[in-house]
Amino acid sequence: MAETTYVRTEMLPPKPPPPSQTGVVGWMRENLFDGWKNTLLTLVALYVVYALLSAALPWFLHAVWDADSLNECREVIKASWGPEADGACFAVIRDRWHQMLYGFYPQELYWRPNLAFVLMLVALSPVLFPNLPRRMLLFSLVYPFLGYWLLWGGTMWAPVSWALGFVLGYFAFVIVNDRGGTILAAIAAVIVPLLWWFFGAGPFADLVQSLIPISLTDVESRQFGGFMLSVTIGITGIVGSLPLGIILALGRQSNLLMVKSLSVGFIEFIRGVPLITLLFVASTLLNIFMPPGTNFDIILRVVIMVTLFSAAYVAEVVRGGLAALPKGQYEAAAALGLDYWKSMRLVILPQALKIAIPGIVSTFIGLFKDTTLVSIIGLMDPIGLTNAIRANAEWQGIIWELYGFVALVFWIFCFSMSRYSMYLESRLETGHR
Amino acid sequence: MKKTIILGAIAAAGLGATVASAGTLDDVKARGYLQCGVTTGLVGFAAPDANGEWHGFDADFCRAVAAAIFGDPNKVKFTPTTGKTRFTALASGEVDMLARNTTWTFTRDVDLKFTFAGVNYYDGQGFMVRKDLGVSSAKELNGATVCIQTGTTTELNLADYFRSNGMEYEPVPIETNAEARQQFLAGACDVYTTDRSGLAATRATFENPDDYVILPETISKEPLGPLSRHGDEQWSDLIRWTLNALISAEELGITSANIDELRKGTNNPEINRILGTEGNLGAMLGLDKDWAYNAIKAVGNYGELFDKYLKPIGLDRGLNAQWKNGGLIYSPPFR
Repeated sequence: MAETTYVRTEMLPPKPPPPSQTGVVGWMRENLFDGWKNTLLTLVALYVVYALLSAALPWFLHAVWDADSLNECREVIKASWGPEADGACFAVIRDRWHQMLYGFYPQELYWRPNLAFVLMLVALSPVLFPNLPRRMLLFSLVYPFLGYWLLWGGTMWAPVSWALGFVLGYFAFVIVNDRGGTILAAIAAVIVPLLWWFFGAGPFADLVQSLIPISLTDVESRQFGGFMLSVTIGITGIVGSLPLGIILALGRQSNLLMVKSLSVGFIEFIRGVPLITLLFVASTLLNIFMPPGTNFDIILRVVIMVTLFSAAYVAEVVRGGLAALPKGQYEAAAALGLDYWKSMRLVILPQALKIAIPGIVSTFIGLFKDTTLVSIIGLMDPIGLTNAIRANAEWQGIIWELYGFVALVFWIFCFSMSRYSMYLESRLETGHR
Repeated sequence: MKKTIILGAIAAAGLGATVASAGTLDDVKARGYLQCGVTTGLVGFAAPDANGEWHGFDADFCRAVAAAIFGDPNKVKFTPTTGKTRFTALASGEVDMLARNTTWTFTRDVDLKFTFAGVNYYDGQGFMVRKDLGVSSAKELNGATVCIQTGTTTELNLADYFRSNGMEYEPVPIETNAEARQQFLAGACDVYTTDRSGLAATRATFENPDDYVILPETISKEPLGPLSRHGDEQWSDLIRWTLNALISAEELGITSANIDELRKGTNNPEINRILGTEGNLGAMLGLDKDWAYNAIKAVGNYGELFDKYLKPIGLDRGLNAQWKNGGLIYSPPFR
């Protein structure tokens, strides 16, 4: 009985995995060379990467940043890399970057679009990030007028007197609402500002300007160009089309026949027409309809068309969000005794818009990229400018460098928008899925 | 111009004081500057430099007109127009004139109701090939692949030319000149065909321009010139005679360099009439007597303009030489 079997009391230390399973080798075996199919695909992919890099890398490495013309670029490349070498001529970007960004905006006034851009970010931030103080929204309300004044210049009192129209409308609503009811108040809130804008605003601005002259140098719309033009059109279109789109989406679901048919008619008409057609209407047809000598600003015309176009698409995306909500939500809101606007504002839209975020943001990204279509009607957006720059004898024949630059800047803008939409989705995620 | 702000929310809609306009010249004078439609960019003819100023053969013609009216070549605003927007821009009054290498054709003159002031450049469709093809005439192009911009008259001209010469070709459709350049250099086509000025300008920017030749044949007529709206003869006369002044100046040897000398008086009565030291031609146009002096002084004569903008991109005078040198550039007399 004294026979004792050996019983191990402690665990053996784990051995390291075989070298073929660990580190770089193991990772490659597992992910790249797992079976002959993957091995083959890996090799093909490696070859493609090699082919792309061997074509593109020398081009980037031989890049010339300091030259006055394409021919000078070529000479520099030939001198330093041999007669067969090929290289990028980024000197054109160095020479014309300010034109690509600001168009023909007077160079000594670049601080104005710069300031307007920074202030735009400030004005947008309380809308985009809810943990910022709510008071900043006041600045967001002021910004459209301030931004307009900074970009176009002129007397400060013109935008002030337009803004005054909205203030008058608000007071008209409040006063009439006390005396005569909501419908009359709504009508007054529309008519009073219109009267003001048509008859009061101009003389008022002139009068105050003659008393307290504050003005910036005028800059014409024709001098706008480059990415400044794209951002101006894009952001105004985005900011304008979201509320308009939501109203159209609600209108499309309305029980009132007029409201519903107007909304449906508008959405279907706009969606049935290509954007370029609307731009042509804006740039050419309107000119012929209006009395000679009328100067209806070209950027304004384009912004209106782009906003209407994008609003129709946003309306359909929002309608998708509304349709995705269970009917119980509508009934619950009604059961709480909320009227239509309150139930929309507090119950329906927050949920519907959350569902619609990805769609809305991709509409906006599309809208921003569609701003390049204005080059077809002769506005000098980045694409129009690449053509104009190439029309200079010294830069004729430059293609990749300019388009690459435009693509890079557009990518930065669109990628930020897309990241923001992902941030927003994750922040609004309430775990219903 | 009194500005009335209409719709505040709609940013800037300025209604000009639109009392039935007396005439384009009066409008332009009242406005204080000339509005001139140019291309959105074409080598040699109009392009913005790094400071955003438009330069080129056509752009400087606008300056000449501005100088004739105001005595100041900088009182002009350029409106870039595309091939699609140019005619509505002119017809609607957005621009006062177009100097946008536009071909003078029957329908544009008669049906679209424009007045061509004359021809400032005689262009025509040509062919460019690689030198090592060993082709010396367009008649030897049977069976060639041809890069051709779609939807233009060049396409139709090409088809006509090959059919009438009993030859075959294979078209390679392309959209823009930039694309054509890449395709042609990559060897996607043997021949690139477009207007000769475009061919020469494109060839001048090749890495090895000498490896390519432009064939001698010209297969179409493309007279390019400035134009204005029908119905204001005083205005179109002004543009026409500004162009003629630049052309006559070259013929008579008036240059921007010697013009001040000649203005002191010469024995040639026509020079004196042009420069306003004799007669009152300016007043007949509704301008100062210095109008032509200002125009020529500002931009130089026709030949100077040509040498400044078109020679560097590889264009020679050819058809655009003075009539005395066997070209077509010919101005009616100043009398």
